[in-house]
Amino acid sequence: MRVRLETAAMDAITVRLFDTINEDNMAWIIAAERELRQAFEGNLIDLTPSYTTLLLQYDCTRLSFCEASSKIRHALNHLTPADTEYGRLHSIPVWYDESVGPELQRVAGSAGMSVEALIRRHCEHDYCVFALGFAPGYGFMGLVEEALATPRLATPRKRVAAGSVGIADRQTAIYPLLSPGGWNILGRTAVPLFEYARQGEPLLRPGDKVRFRAISKADFEADGGDTTPLEERA
Amino acid sequence: MTPGLFVKQAGPLALIQDAGRFGVSHLGVTQGGAADWISCRWANWLLGNSPENAALEIVMGGNLTLEAEVEVTLALVGADLEARLDDKPLTARGTFTLAPGQRLSFRQPKDGLRTYLAFPGGLIAPEVLGSRACTAREQIGGLHDDGRPLQAGDRLVWQGSELAPRFLPRGVQLPLPRPVCALPIVLGSQAAQFAGRSLYQAFNQTWTVDQRADRMGIRLTGSPLDSALSGIVSEGIPLGGVQIPPDGQPIVLMNDRQTIGGYPRIGALTPSACARLAQCLPGAQVRLQPISATQAQMTHRRQLGVWA
Repeated sequence: MRVRLETAAMDAITVRLFDTINEDNMAWIIAAERELRQAFEGNLIDLTPSYTTLLLQYDCTRLSFCEASSKIRHALNHLTPADTEYGRLHSIPVWYDESVGPELQRVAGSAGMSVEALIRRHCEHDYCVFALGFAPGYGFMGLVEEALATPRLATPRKRVAAGSVGIADRQTAIYPLLSPGGWNILGRTAVPLFEYARQGEPLLRPGDKVRFRAISKADFEADGGDTTPLEERA
Repeated sequence: MTPGLFVKQAGPLALIQDAGRFGVSHLGVTQGGAADWISCRWANWLLGNSPENAALEIVMGGNLTLEAEVEVTLALVGADLEARLDDKPLTARGTFTLAPGQRLSFRQPKDGLRTYLAFPGGLIAPEVLGSRACTAREQIGGLHDDGRPLQAGDRLVWQGSELAPRFLPRGVQLPLPRPVCALPIVLGSQAAQFAGRSLYQAFNQTWTVDQRADRMGIRLTGSPLDSALSGIVSEGIPLGGVQIPPDGQPIVLMNDRQTIGGYPRIGALTPSACARLAQCLPGAQVRLQPISATQAQMTHRRQLGVWA
């Protein structure tokens, strides 16, 4: 791991730690986030960790570009990865059904397996949360096994219902709120990701692990899930 | 029910905005805030408000009509949207008083796109994650905290009554469009990934502001730029980030941008350049003018200094 600083904007620096996506990056990214928050304190405006980088926006009325750069270097000088116990494991109940998961057939077909097998395989893996973005509380997770990897829809949907669980290439995610989107939708969860995020306490955080768990329609409804078919919500 | 300003008719887009929502990008929550922050700040300044106070960002005008239920002094700064107090034209560079029953209305953009209406002590609206900024895409903020723009039947109420109205100092330049707007841009390190000819083109051609423009991003059209990178691993995007998707037509990422994204960027416009671009209508001509981060910071501090 080598720290590289890149100019991103007048008052923002991209701190680059890695070049490619890897679960092992997360322990370093999380440790770097902690160190940078501590080092900048009130001079930090925003810090956006992602797969391989952290975007740091500082208060440029109080720090010059050089001061900010040297503060970053100093803070990350002796960086050690966060210990491996940092992440929480979430079990996310999902109702996989054609009505709320219109791409079940498409993904199963391209993977050459039955819908039942697809659901089983999607639930078999602990996915790592790499980054939050796109929408409040939206966690980019992966990596989905190669066989299930499916490209985004050629034409994104204008509206994807909140709670929709999807796959794009080797990533998987849950839409926290009604939004446009081009992912292949497999099912729906009633877990209120958006509500957590807007309280400032996102359920999924980088470095967490997520395991999906297939539930019945009855259980989904008992959790307060909305069974309106996806396309009717569009 | 507190009397205030009643929304008789909603225009195409009027949003409660403040300085923005900061310290939340790691949640996936965008910055929001007044797109022309300079005009918004002047509007608040005219009433003696704090820069963080919530004001109304009025886009296009489009017959937005507000009726006073109580006497109030407001400040209006920004684009000329043909504002009228009853039938009397108002310039968007000062304060004015509405008597109960009087109406404030906006027609269409004559110069610029957004104008800011400030209220004594700032508008009252729920604070979410430290801000009242209204973000439609995130269903956060605004009068009802659902990200909805102003609707007919809404009522605007404000915090304070004490007023120290001021006049806009002589010679103040608002970030309104010019025949060709020069937009200062701080080059990012991914600029090196663009072919030399593309970089030359980026800074030596006139770009046209496209129809596809909103608070999330503003597309520019012109001779396409080539990057050696087609996509990158998604990373945090700063305000004003100029990303180049595979079609080579730049998108400037504005206040409501997504927090992370995977297109290469040549750099980022300065905050003042973002304010000016936010005032440009489709068809406006702009140029990108590279400056160093240090130079940009000096200009920015000078800009902030006028309100000190």
